[in-house]
Amino acid sequence: MSSISRRLPVHVVLLLAGVVSLFPLYWLFLTSVSPTQYVVRVPPEVVPRELTVANYQRLFETTPIVRWLVNTVVIAGVITAFHLLFDSMAGYAFAKRRFPGKDAMFWLIVSTLTVPAQVTLIPVFFILRTLGLLDTYPGVILPGLADVFGIFLMKQYIQTLPTDLLHAARVDGASEWQVYRRIILPLSRPALAVLAIFTFQRYWNAFIFPLVILRDPAKYPVQVGLATLQGEFNTDYGMLMTGAAVAALPMIAVFFAFQRQFIEGIRIGGVKG
Amino acid sequence: MTAALRRYGWSYVFVLPTFALFVVFTLLPVVQGLALSLQNARVTGGEFIGIANFVTLAEDPVFRQALGNTILYTTVVVAAQVTLALVVASLIQPLGARSRVFYRALFYLPLVNSAILVAIVWRWIFNANPFGLANTALGTIGLGPFLWIGSSDQALIAVILSAVLTIPGGGVVLYSAAIGSLPRELYEAAEVEGAGPFAKWWHITVPLLKPTTLYLLVVYTILAFQVFERVYIMTNGGGPNNATITIVQLIYSTAFQFGRYGLASAMAVVLFVMAIAVAVVQFRALRSDVEY
Repeated sequence: MSSISRRLPVHVVLLLAGVVSLFPLYWLFLTSVSPTQYVVRVPPEVVPRELTVANYQRLFETTPIVRWLVNTVVIAGVITAFHLLFDSMAGYAFAKRRFPGKDAMFWLIVSTLTVPAQVTLIPVFFILRTLGLLDTYPGVILPGLADVFGIFLMKQYIQTLPTDLLHAARVDGASEWQVYRRIILPLSRPALAVLAIFTFQRYWNAFIFPLVILRDPAKYPVQVGLATLQGEFNTDYGMLMTGAAVAALPMIAVFFAFQRQFIEGIRIGGVKG
Repeated sequence: MTAALRRYGWSYVFVLPTFALFVVFTLLPVVQGLALSLQNARVTGGEFIGIANFVTLAEDPVFRQALGNTILYTTVVVAAQVTLALVVASLIQPLGARSRVFYRALFYLPLVNSAILVAIVWRWIFNANPFGLANTALGTIGLGPFLWIGSSDQALIAVILSAVLTIPGGGVVLYSAAIGSLPRELYEAAEVEGAGPFAKWWHITVPLLKPTTLYLLVVYTILAFQVFERVYIMTNGGGPNNATITIVQLIYSTAFQFGRYGLASAMAVVLFVMAIAVAVVQFRALRSDVEY
């Protein structure tokens, strides 16, 4: 028996599992391009008979979805940029430098790892209220800069870089900042790529924090916006699915562009939900 | 002083931005969250009331329902996720490198989307109307129609099914990497003794994957404990008669709809303790592990 025919049943099982897994996504895009009369047809049609962009027109005309997308890009983008800078700096210090309090600081960070985000949700809400940052972009961004996953990721990676290189640079007269900027940062690019993708994905998809912190619908990120569409267009599935499709596309594009980093990221950083 | 500053100053420059943010937005909130759970905190502040919030929770039927739903959801979903990840990764492994890359991507793709987006689609699939897809599919084999999210008996089943019917791509990737690094010699020895493919898998692969299995059990359990978006979207935040209410859903409504911050913080502490318990069990199990 050839290896192809021996493996055929395995491929069939795996492809079926893939179809089931991907079906909601297919259904989402299919509904978004289906005319309204087909959306509530009995029985539903799994293969499209007629395609239309009417739902998209309606969505862009009647909802602030573009604004929400821009908000999300800004919020997730700013959080990601700061994480890349701050986490690589801290990761470098924890991996390669010695200073009083280092172990205590790192222990404190480790000790909060298993704390579910819901424990800090209410106190963070209070802190932002005290600072007058409720319903502001900084109010959504600042707490996002505090998660510690990136510090670990960067520390683990920078630890594997040769220390001799840093000594050599110092002997050549490089300042401490130059050692970080010219040696650590360029050599950390693979880890930085993983960190960027994980962080961006995480805050692109974030829901409960912005839901609690923001009041003004014009400031919503797209996930919170989608949840309000769900309330508003409860039975207008064409509209809802189109909104969801528009929110899904950027992340799917990012996945196809950076597949390797996604898979690598799971191996290095584990399953992050 | 200046000597110390010159020697260590840069280290603090590198650490400080992250550490300051961590202290303000993680460390202090954890401490304050624990403190709030012992206070009668409402919108206008509160006072220390000892463990009264926890007593209230123990007697509250809605919280018990939320706790029960969360544990049921977690048990079923985590068991399914770890099993599916193990089986799929095992099926992928013997295939060629290109097939492996293809399937890993295929199974990870659905997971890059947000819980909100996925829940919106599932809400429609589990619609009680005849054009609901789940009803159509089951109708072809003579079952239903079911009320699903419209029924207090079936709503939680719909929420659980929505989670189970997605292959856990992250777990597949981790298992796949772990299987790839298992020592070949053991398999060769087993083949000499005439073991078949299933026997090799069950007696060699599965036991050797125990560290990965334990890791995934813990991560998926802690994630499942925090289930919120599915419930919030699919069943309007709790379903008929609180049929699908979960701990995080209840924390959200108790704090941000009813302003009972102390009580909600006590619920968060219960969730915290549950997460710690799971992590401790993993630590114990790993410590008793035999090295290979």
